[in-house]
Amino acid sequence: MDLYKLTIEQAAAKLKAKEITSVELTKSILDRIEKVDGQVKAFLFIDREGALAQAKEADKRLATEKDGPILLGVPVAVKDNICTKGVPTTCASKILNGFVPPYDATVIKALKGEGAVIVGKTNLDEFAMGSSTENSEKQVTGNPWDLKRVPGGSSGGSAASVAADEAIGAIGSDTGGSIRQPAAFCGVVGLKPTYGLVSRYGLVAFASSLDQIGPLTKNVTDAAIMLQAITGHDTSDSTSLEYQPPNYLDSLKKGIKGLKFGIPKELFGEGCQDEIRDSIQNMIKLIESLGGEVAETSLSTFEYALPAYYIIAPAEASSNLSRFDGVRYGHRAKDAEGMIDSYKKTRAEGFGSEVKRRIMLGTYALTAGYYDAYYGQAQKVRTLIIKDFTDAFEKFDLLISPTTPTTAFEIGAKTDDPLQMYLSDVCTIPSNLAGIPAISIPVGLAGGLPVGLQIMGKHFDESTILSAARALEKEVDFKITPELAG
Amino acid sequence: MTETNNIPGLLAKHGFEAVIGLEIHVELSTLSKMFCDSAVTFGEPPNTHVCPVCLGLPGTLPVVNRKAVDYCALIGLALGCEIADFTQFHRKNYFYPDMPKNYQISQFDLPLCSAGRVTVNVDDNKTDIRITRVHMEEDTGKLVHIGEGGRIAGAKYSLVDFNRAGTPLAEIVSEPDIRSSGEARAFLQKLRSILLHLGVSDCNMEEGSLRCDANVSLRPENSPKLGVKTEVKNMNSFRGLVRALDYEIVRQLELIQDGEAVKQETRHWDAARNITTSLRSKEEAHDYRYFADPDLVPLKLSREWVKKQEESLPELPDARQKRLISAFKVSEYDSRFLTQSKAHGDYFEQVMENFGDAKMAVNWIMGELSAHLNADNKEMAESPMQPERLAQLLTLVEDGSISGKMAKEVFSEMYETGKTAPEIVDDRGLKQISGDDELAVLVDQVIGENQTAVEEYRSGKKQALGFLVGQIMRLSKGQANPGKVNEILREKL
Repeated sequence: MDLYKLTIEQAAAKLKAKEITSVELTKSILDRIEKVDGQVKAFLFIDREGALAQAKEADKRLATEKDGPILLGVPVAVKDNICTKGVPTTCASKILNGFVPPYDATVIKALKGEGAVIVGKTNLDEFAMGSSTENSEKQVTGNPWDLKRVPGGSSGGSAASVAADEAIGAIGSDTGGSIRQPAAFCGVVGLKPTYGLVSRYGLVAFASSLDQIGPLTKNVTDAAIMLQAITGHDTSDSTSLEYQPPNYLDSLKKGIKGLKFGIPKELFGEGCQDEIRDSIQNMIKLIESLGGEVAETSLSTFEYALPAYYIIAPAEASSNLSRFDGVRYGHRAKDAEGMIDSYKKTRAEGFGSEVKRRIMLGTYALTAGYYDAYYGQAQKVRTLIIKDFTDAFEKFDLLISPTTPTTAFEIGAKTDDPLQMYLSDVCTIPSNLAGIPAISIPVGLAGGLPVGLQIMGKHFDESTILSAARALEKEVDFKITPELAG
Repeated sequence: MTETNNIPGLLAKHGFEAVIGLEIHVELSTLSKMFCDSAVTFGEPPNTHVCPVCLGLPGTLPVVNRKAVDYCALIGLALGCEIADFTQFHRKNYFYPDMPKNYQISQFDLPLCSAGRVTVNVDDNKTDIRITRVHMEEDTGKLVHIGEGGRIAGAKYSLVDFNRAGTPLAEIVSEPDIRSSGEARAFLQKLRSILLHLGVSDCNMEEGSLRCDANVSLRPENSPKLGVKTEVKNMNSFRGLVRALDYEIVRQLELIQDGEAVKQETRHWDAARNITTSLRSKEEAHDYRYFADPDLVPLKLSREWVKKQEESLPELPDARQKRLISAFKVSEYDSRFLTQSKAHGDYFEQVMENFGDAKMAVNWIMGELSAHLNADNKEMAESPMQPERLAQLLTLVEDGSISGKMAKEVFSEMYETGKTAPEIVDDRGLKQISGDDELAVLVDQVIGENQTAVEEYRSGKKQALGFLVGQIMRLSKGQANPGKVNEILREKL
């Protein structure tokens, strides 16, 4: 059989039963990558040697450890804005050319500790800024369901790698929807955890108060497994919270019965494709048939979320990205005359246009005299959005919406219109501003392209999100079936 | 430019007064850096005490060193500041190669400590200098400019040493309550003394662990309005501070007298040339784009914690000065000398554990010991001469075993070799001969050998006595106690 098609849960069972070895499974994945990644272009770096060495180690552990970790021996992919010791980390930017981190991100340490095999680093919009992975300075990733279309972004490489069976699971990062939106476009599961649940140490910061690492997987159970592996308090990250996570696999069994679902009407606004609206209507019926209650609600501050996000995220980014100056690592302009010129040329050559746009936006928003009108105001909006969600969660256990207003669009369709591009994150941004967890699960096809349902929950209530998602997934029985030649 | 030592007098003559505020950066002597666990060091090979965090590598995050927060709070409490319930770190954004992130983590509108005061004593007048705030931040790395002059202008290239990057700093900001370079010096000395008593920094100005910037302006005497100020940087000694301020005050006065405006700008003190030069104008000033650092959660400071810090405050210079005056009857002047650092007072008190004469002890610490330390460029805390040893030496002087003049020689040898006073006195046979019997033998011998002089004395030539005493001293190689010799000689004659 084609081992690369396995889910984490299935692979773990076979590895533990000694039906297969991690080396066999890893080879199968590496072969699959070799076969299809020429078309998909999900990977920026394939660590064949490293992966096989890790697989061998995993097989040793599998031989001796009776109750080893679930991820032991399972090949996964990692978004290329997460630092991996000894393996290039580029953020899909020229400015990090040649940068090889001397340390592992906390999540990478956690995955390695579990015995997961890291097969490579996946493509993204440069510094995670974008919604289509077209802002990569390295390559354009195709959507495995239709290679002429984008995989979404910014974790487009991670989402595409899972959808194309080039990894059993993957890790991405989500600042305004960067896990959920590509998960929706590629027909996989993507979870953005509560802000502070997963350590950000080693994630190259885009917007520190919004960034969060999370899993992209073939199903909800796998998402629960990966989440469990990467969750936990980290003393290297002050924003990581001291919180003892529950057993997420156990919580999958709880089902939907008795849960109260709110539907914020603003998230079905204009710009939402009819077919997507229909898909979500079907889900509402399904929830009710499974014993859940559904009612419409309102997030009154919704219309301010996108503008506030496009002040806060670029402001933080403008500061976070100032360290890329060519002095210590990465690209440095040749023929610069003096310090200032070196800064200017290095950054002019090293950053792509979307990154430059956001640095300029953010720098402006923080400038003396404009701070109150922009950054200060956006922070106030953020406080109101948090309050909006808090109020909603007094009435509801979960909130649902489409993950995206449209299905995957064609490559090049929105590259000349940043505002249209920004609008594809309209449903996902509010939960980043509020710091709440949210998942996207595939619930059907529209015009042959996957549709994602977003389920948002209370702070640290990933359990309820996962249990509802799992219950729906069982009924929907969505199959990942993109046809790739090769 | 006018050369004068009486700047306040010169200003008063023209109806002006100087308005000075200081900003002092203190490197805290914690084991590890402000936001990572790399060691705080000085003088180590470049880039040997660095890690991904203090190098600002992509993906790294800062974590607050709680010891540095404790130290900063101690400073605030010692300066009579209020300690905030809630304090936050901000990013100060500007590009410079010594700063690995191109922003400095500092504090902005929510500093840890605010509204304190320090009393300073200048020419026996006590003045209060208000403290605006004390906040925490991280230090930058060090640039080494290769090429002419060692300045960035004209350098061929520059090297960066990140050992210092991320060292915890406390920034102490004063209100513009200082009116002269003398007051500024006294204020900085007092502050240094307090910091040394707290043990939170070694306050070594040459090594840069205590750095001082000044805001200087002039205004008509008794005017409530402030004049246009300049910020003077790079004063790395007390002398530099005084000279830079005097220079800047006179420069501004001359501009005003010439009918020119003082420009708001940052000026660089050039100690080699004894002048300040313009570094950047107000228009060129950075917009630091301060915003709350999203990587660091705000610190909530419980009152119990503040109380704990308060309880751990050691005796501070003012209290110690009072105690020294009452316990040892030292003068006000001496008490100030002894509280200039914790080490000075400790040294004195340790001498006094084995010795009784406080005035004599102070004189020796202030005289011989300080002279030797200065010549060696050593701090009191680094004194190779232990206080018990000094007490031993002073006891020998007090009981007449050696003369004061000999004691100075013995001191030098003790300081150089680490030998004790009795060892040296024995080795060199320096002990003063005071015993009546021993002296009587010498006196008899000299009387016997100098009958002419004895006759002269007896016949009324009193000067002859001096000659005989000289002979006895010579015979004893200078060790005879001259007072006693006189006494015994008179008796015998």
